[in-house]
Amino acid sequence: MSLHHKRILVAKPGLDGHDAGAKIIVLTLRNAGAEVIYTGLRKTPEYIARVAIDEDVDAIGLSLLSGAHMELVTETIEWLKKLDGEQIKIFVGGTIPKDDRQALLDMGVVGVFTAEMKLAEVLATIDAALSR
Amino acid sequence: MKASSQPKNEQAKRVTPSGIEIPQVATEEMHRRQLELPGEYPYTRGIFPDGYLGRLWTMRQYSGFGTPEESNQRYKFLLEQGQTGLSVALDLPTQCGYDPVDSMARPEVGKVGVSLSNLREMEILFEGIDLAKISTSFTINGTAAIIYAMYLATADKAGVPRAKLTGTIQNDILKEFVARGTWIFPVRPSMRLVADSILYANTQTPRFNPISIAGAHVRDAGCNAVEEMAFTLANGLAYVDELLTRGADLNGFAGRLSFFFYVHTDFFEEVCKFRAGRRIWARMMKEKYGATDPKSCLFRFGVVCGGASLTASQPYNNIVRVAIETMAAVMGGAQSIFTAAYDEAFQIPTEESAEIALRTQQVIAHESGIAQTVDALGGSHYVEYLTDKMEEEILRVMREVEDYGGVIKAIEQGYIQRRIAERARQRKELLDLGERVVVGVNRYQHESQNGDAQDGGVRELFRMDPKTAQNIVAKFNQVRDSRDNGAVERNLARLSDAATNDRENLMPYIVDCCHSYATVGEMVATLKKHWGEFQEPTGL
Repeated sequence: MSLHHKRILVAKPGLDGHDAGAKIIVLTLRNAGAEVIYTGLRKTPEYIARVAIDEDVDAIGLSLLSGAHMELVTETIEWLKKLDGEQIKIFVGGTIPKDDRQALLDMGVVGVFTAEMKLAEVLATIDAALSR
Repeated sequence: MKASSQPKNEQAKRVTPSGIEIPQVATEEMHRRQLELPGEYPYTRGIFPDGYLGRLWTMRQYSGFGTPEESNQRYKFLLEQGQTGLSVALDLPTQCGYDPVDSMARPEVGKVGVSLSNLREMEILFEGIDLAKISTSFTINGTAAIIYAMYLATADKAGVPRAKLTGTIQNDILKEFVARGTWIFPVRPSMRLVADSILYANTQTPRFNPISIAGAHVRDAGCNAVEEMAFTLANGLAYVDELLTRGADLNGFAGRLSFFFYVHTDFFEEVCKFRAGRRIWARMMKEKYGATDPKSCLFRFGVVCGGASLTASQPYNNIVRVAIETMAAVMGGAQSIFTAAYDEAFQIPTEESAEIALRTQQVIAHESGIAQTVDALGGSHYVEYLTDKMEEEILRVMREVEDYGGVIKAIEQGYIQRRIAERARQRKELLDLGERVVVGVNRYQHESQNGDAQDGGVRELFRMDPKTAQNIVAKFNQVRDSRDNGAVERNLARLSDAATNDRENLMPYIVDCCHSYATVGEMVATLKKHWGEFQEPTGL
């Protein structure tokens, strides 16, 4: 696994307080060798994009379970563009209906993860996206 | 916990999900003693001598979405179906203290519950429903004091005497800091607001539960049944301490404290969790705090069956899980039960799925016969053994929190949060390794499933009206334009003054604000000026 020396920001955009999944991903990525920063709850897309750029991360993981994923992921991508951070990859996890998952992938998100996926699979997807 | 270190061979000890050893056969020597009768201290077998014979549990389905009009329709539907209490789900902006026009709120207006940003919205929500005849539960925490005040104002305007109101506000801010995340203010002023609302409720609405101390959310965030009960009882004691510091009389408030838990699928562990919790709470109240009124020692609780035990894969299996969990809740002596709909793992329940969930409880209540005698499992060697073991383990975890410096410090410094996160990771690891079997997820999958069954091919999908948020915002602006803004400003100014004095109860001021159609966002902003916001410890 080549996640060593990769920097990843895990973030909770919007008001959703379900952070178990985000924290599992933080611990799992860290155990896999990545340097992980966790934002905590209730961050705006602008804040997340700015932290990602300041911290020079390779990827952002956005965790959303409130149903507001389409709006908030779109806004995060727009802020990254605005701030010249387009090279930063985005992956998304949470309660994401099937139709929306494809839509997110079409927007350039590198992976969409749900609770029942194996962590090994999640890691492999992130790893592959960051090795490209 | 212990499960992960077990050698994977035939001799491995069997343990419950909390790591308690399961004997092949339980015998008399494995548990302590003769049991008291139901209704007798310390209430292992239940708080009432007649169990459910006098009164069945309350069947209370959590619902609410979109506009108050849409939720009002759903409530009327549920009441017609024989539901006996309402449970209001609120949207995140209302829960976190933002008005629907706030940029922070915009993407989430009306999404996971109903928007209740001002009194007008609540009046619409309960239109045509007699508040004197129905008990209403609000899952609200950060803004609990405000929503409770709004409920009082709604009753006042409808001419319903406050003393007739029954129901519950969750109002358990401590667990929001560790799991559910709808905190607003720092821990200490948040505790003041909780105490204010409990003390006010004791005099204004003696039949209303002003707090429901909840383990459900830490459980759903990943911790086991022992930790769920231990963290919750520890939080309960922190509220008792806070109220005593405010000079309240223990026997005056203890009888109105209530609790709320998840029930997951491991039947016996769940039953024994409740039996042990009841015993510990009664002993704490009597022996540690010196409660003299027997009512102060009664551990009354509601439950939710479902949550993280439900799966998005093969979702109809969830109907069976919820049935098992409901039976565990009944054998554990729950006062109210919410059964989750089978599609909860991926959407707001449809009318069909919500109805099946309610019918599950009704079948258990009226066909299964398990509620026809009190504590049917009492005296079973295994149940008594496991009750004793759960009690020991729960007390051990409570001591660990105490040794760290108590709940408040443990939350402010992120100790409990880190414990829960690590447990959640372990739980997921056991699932991935196949050591924790979940049917349809890591065993007995369909070939086509591919770990990718988010909405499981169910027949009916819930669709939110895309105009919902627009409608809510339009109505909100109407209210702000038509109210007496002078009165709003005066009431907010008085609230602001009162907030600076710790000995002042803020509730009458908040009720006045609600009456004048001040908004949730305005009241929260007023208090934030004095108190600031909680700074979340994010180190893991």
